[in-house]
Amino acid sequence: MATAAKKAPAKSRSDKQPNLSAPKPADFTKEEELSAYRHMLLIRRFEEKAGQLYGMGFIGGFCHLYIGQEAVVTGMKMALVEGDQMITAYRDHGHMLAMELSPRGVMAELTGRRGGLSKGKGGSMHMFSKEKHFYGGHGIVGAQVSLGTGLAFANRYRDNKNVTLTYFGDGAANQGQVYESFNMASLWKLPVIYIIENNRYAMGTSVSRSSAETDFSHRGASFKIPGIQVDGMDVRAVKSAAELATEWCRAGNGPLILEMQTYRYRGHSMSDPAKYRSKEEVQKMRSEHDPIEQVRVRLLDKKWASEDELKAVDKEVRDVVADAAEFAQNDAEPDPSELWTDIVL
Amino acid sequence: MPIEILMPALSPTMEEGNLSKWLKNEGDKIVAGDVIAEIETDKATMEVEAVDEGTLAKIVVPAGTEGVKVNAVIAVLAVDGEDVDKAGEGIGEEEPAKAEAAPAPAAAKSEAAAPVAAAPKTEVAADPDIPAGTEMVSTTVREALRDAMAEEMRRDGDVFVMGEEVAEYQGAYKITQGLLQEFGPRRVVDTPITEHGFAGVGVGAAMAGLKPIVEFMTFNFAMQAIDQIINSAAKTLYMSGGQMGAPIVFRGPNGAAARVAAQHSQCYAAWYSHIPGLKVVMPYTAADAKGLLKAAIRDPNPVIFLENEILYGHSFEVPKLDDFVLPIGKARIHKQGKDVTLVSFGIGMTYAVKAEAELRGMGIDAEIIDLRTIRPLDFDTIIASVKKTNRLVVVEEGFPQNSVGDHIANQVSQRAFDFLDAPVITIAGKDVPMPYAANLEKLALPNVGEVVEAVKAVTYR
Repeated sequence: MATAAKKAPAKSRSDKQPNLSAPKPADFTKEEELSAYRHMLLIRRFEEKAGQLYGMGFIGGFCHLYIGQEAVVTGMKMALVEGDQMITAYRDHGHMLAMELSPRGVMAELTGRRGGLSKGKGGSMHMFSKEKHFYGGHGIVGAQVSLGTGLAFANRYRDNKNVTLTYFGDGAANQGQVYESFNMASLWKLPVIYIIENNRYAMGTSVSRSSAETDFSHRGASFKIPGIQVDGMDVRAVKSAAELATEWCRAGNGPLILEMQTYRYRGHSMSDPAKYRSKEEVQKMRSEHDPIEQVRVRLLDKKWASEDELKAVDKEVRDVVADAAEFAQNDAEPDPSELWTDIVL
Repeated sequence: MPIEILMPALSPTMEEGNLSKWLKNEGDKIVAGDVIAEIETDKATMEVEAVDEGTLAKIVVPAGTEGVKVNAVIAVLAVDGEDVDKAGEGIGEEEPAKAEAAPAPAAAKSEAAAPVAAAPKTEVAADPDIPAGTEMVSTTVREALRDAMAEEMRRDGDVFVMGEEVAEYQGAYKITQGLLQEFGPRRVVDTPITEHGFAGVGVGAAMAGLKPIVEFMTFNFAMQAIDQIINSAAKTLYMSGGQMGAPIVFRGPNGAAARVAAQHSQCYAAWYSHIPGLKVVMPYTAADAKGLLKAAIRDPNPVIFLENEILYGHSFEVPKLDDFVLPIGKARIHKQGKDVTLVSFGIGMTYAVKAEAELRGMGIDAEIIDLRTIRPLDFDTIIASVKKTNRLVVVEEGFPQNSVGDHIANQVSQRAFDFLDAPVITIAGKDVPMPYAANLEKLALPNVGEVVEAVKAVTYR
C-alpha cells in the first residue's frame, strides 16, 4: 500500500542474509504509464465481465477474481524477457492476461467451451500456455510453489538465464511445501522470484489471525533468502522491484522474495459474502489506493493524456472484453469425445 | 570361554554379506567399540565394532569372503587369562559346515527376516520381447535398475535423478551406485529430506521439458508427496487440454521389507492404479526391472515405478542387448500351464512361483501371469488365459479391500463369466497394519500354502 512505501523500506536482516532494500518506485515514461493503464484496465474489465457471466450462469464452479491486485502482475511483467516463466494458483485470470494469453481463450475456458485454452477441460483454476511460458493455474494452495521451483531448476539445469515468477498468497505462505521449496531454491541457487501477493485475507482469515510472522518478506530468513516489501498497489513500485529481482536472479544469486502488499476488492470467490471485513475498509482501499486510478491521475496531471484519450483506451478495452465474452458464450461445448483425450500420451 | 564373533545383520533384509576387510590381526588386543572389520551388506559397506574385550585369537572367515551367512562365526576372541593359541582351536576346521547350516537362532532369524526365501526352479517361459538366442547374464534387480538409469542418462541429457541420498551416499539401497561418479552432481541431485517439496520440484522440471527420475527412499515416504504426484503430475496433461504433461518417473522400494512394521510396510500398487493419468509399473524379475525402467524414463507420462527391497538382491537372467526396452502395459506369461491361471506381480510372484512348484507335484499344471504393469492393466492376456484354464487365483501383498485382485476379479466376471468354472479367489495381505513381531508379520503376509489351497479350491481337488 501507499503507506508501506512511506515506511522506511529497508528492513534489517540477520547477518547471514543478504540485505536488500526496496528500490524507489520507477519513473515511468509516458508510454510506460499508458501501457500499464491499458493492461490493468483490461484485467479489471475482464474480471468484471467474468463476474457478470458467473451471475448469469455461463461460468460455473469456483471463480476467483483479481480485481484490485492488477498492479502486481502488470508491474512484474514489465521486467520479463522472452522465455521467463510464470506460475500461480487459482486467482489466475490476471496473470494470464498479463502473459498475453488470448482474452477469448481465457474467457471461453471460464465458460467451459471448446475454444478455451484447455479445450474446456481445465476451467477457471487450471489454464496453461506452453507458448507463452505460463505454467498454470493450480487449484491446490501452495502446490505451485514447488512446481515453480522446479521450473527454475530446469532453467538452471539448462543454464539459460531465464527466471521463474512463482506467485502465491498470504494463505499459501503457511503451507509446508513452500519452505521445503525455499530451502532447495536457496541451496541450489535457483533463479526463482517468490511473489507473495499479500491481499490480507486467506479466504476469510486475516493475516493477523493466521500468521505468526505477518511480515512476509521475512519468510525466507531461515533459508538466507532476502525479501522486500513492495507497495503492490503502485505499478511503478512493482516494476522497480521486479527489475531488481530479475537482475538478482539472472546474476546467479538464487531466489528472492517480493511481498506485494495488495488488496482484493471482491470476495475470495464468487460465492464469498466477505463478511470478515468492513465495507469501509474496502471502500477506503478503492478510493485511496486504487492501482488504475493512480495511473490515470498521473497521466492527466502530467497532461500525457486527455480525458477523451483515456476514454478511448477504455472503449478499446471494453471492445476486447466484449468480443471475448461474446465468443465465450457462443462457442460450442467440447465434443463428447474430448472426455477421453489428453489423459496419457 | 572364548567369545565367538558372529557375522552381524546390519540391514532389515540382510541374509548374508561379504567380509571385505579385517582391520585387526590375530593377536591384537581389542577393546569394546574397536572397529575390527568391514562388511558389505545388501545396502552398504559397514564397520563391525567389537562388543567385548580381549585378544583376537583367530580369524575364521578371511577377508574377501563372499556370501557369509548372518550369525556365522567370523572370528574368535580370547578373554583375559585365556590362552590365545588354544582359544581358536577347532573352530576354523568346522567353519564351513557351520556357515552352511547356520545355528538354530540364525535360521529362525533369517527366515523371519525374509518371509520369502529364494524361489525354486520354475521353467520360465520365453519372453517374446527377447529375441531367441540372446545371451543372458545373471544380474540382480539392483544392478538392473542402476544399469537402466545409467543407460538412459547416457542417451538423453535431459534425464536426471534426484532424491534423498542418491548421490554421495550412493543410494540408500545402492540403486544409484556409481551414477554420481559418471554423471556428476548436476544430474545426480541429493535433496534434503523434503518429499513433498522435491516431488513438486521434479514435476515442475518435467513440465519445463526435463525428464526427472525422482527416487523415494521408500514409497511410504511418498505419501508426503502424493498431492504433487496425483494433482500436479497426473492431471496436468488433461487440465491443459494436452498442452503440457509431466514426463517423470517416481521410483523406489514399495511394500513390506522385513520387520520394519506398519509405517514402512505398505503396497501402493492399488492406490496409484486408481488414478487416470498415471502409469504404474511393478516388476518382479531383473530383466523386467531393466526393460521397463528404461521404458518408463522414455515415457512422456508420469510413471510410478514400484520396486521391492527384498527383490533388490535377487538375481535373474537379463538379456545382453545394447538397448533393451520392454513395453509398458503388457503382462508376461511367466510359465505356461493349462489347469489354473495364477496372476501376480512384484514380490507377489514369489508366492505364485513357489506354489506352482508344489502344485506340479500334485499334478496341477498352473499358468503364471506376471502383470509387470498395473496400469494400464493387460486384461487381454488375463482373459485369454482364463478362457483356457477356466480358473483364476490372484496373488498380491497389498491390503485386500479394493485391491488389484478385486479389480481383476470384477473385470473377469464381466468379460469372461461364462468361461469361469469356479469363483475367482483373491489372495492379499491381511486386513491389518503390518505388525513388527516376526511371527505376526509372517501371518499378515500371504503365504504359499494359501495359494496352494486356493488353487485346490478352484480346481475342486
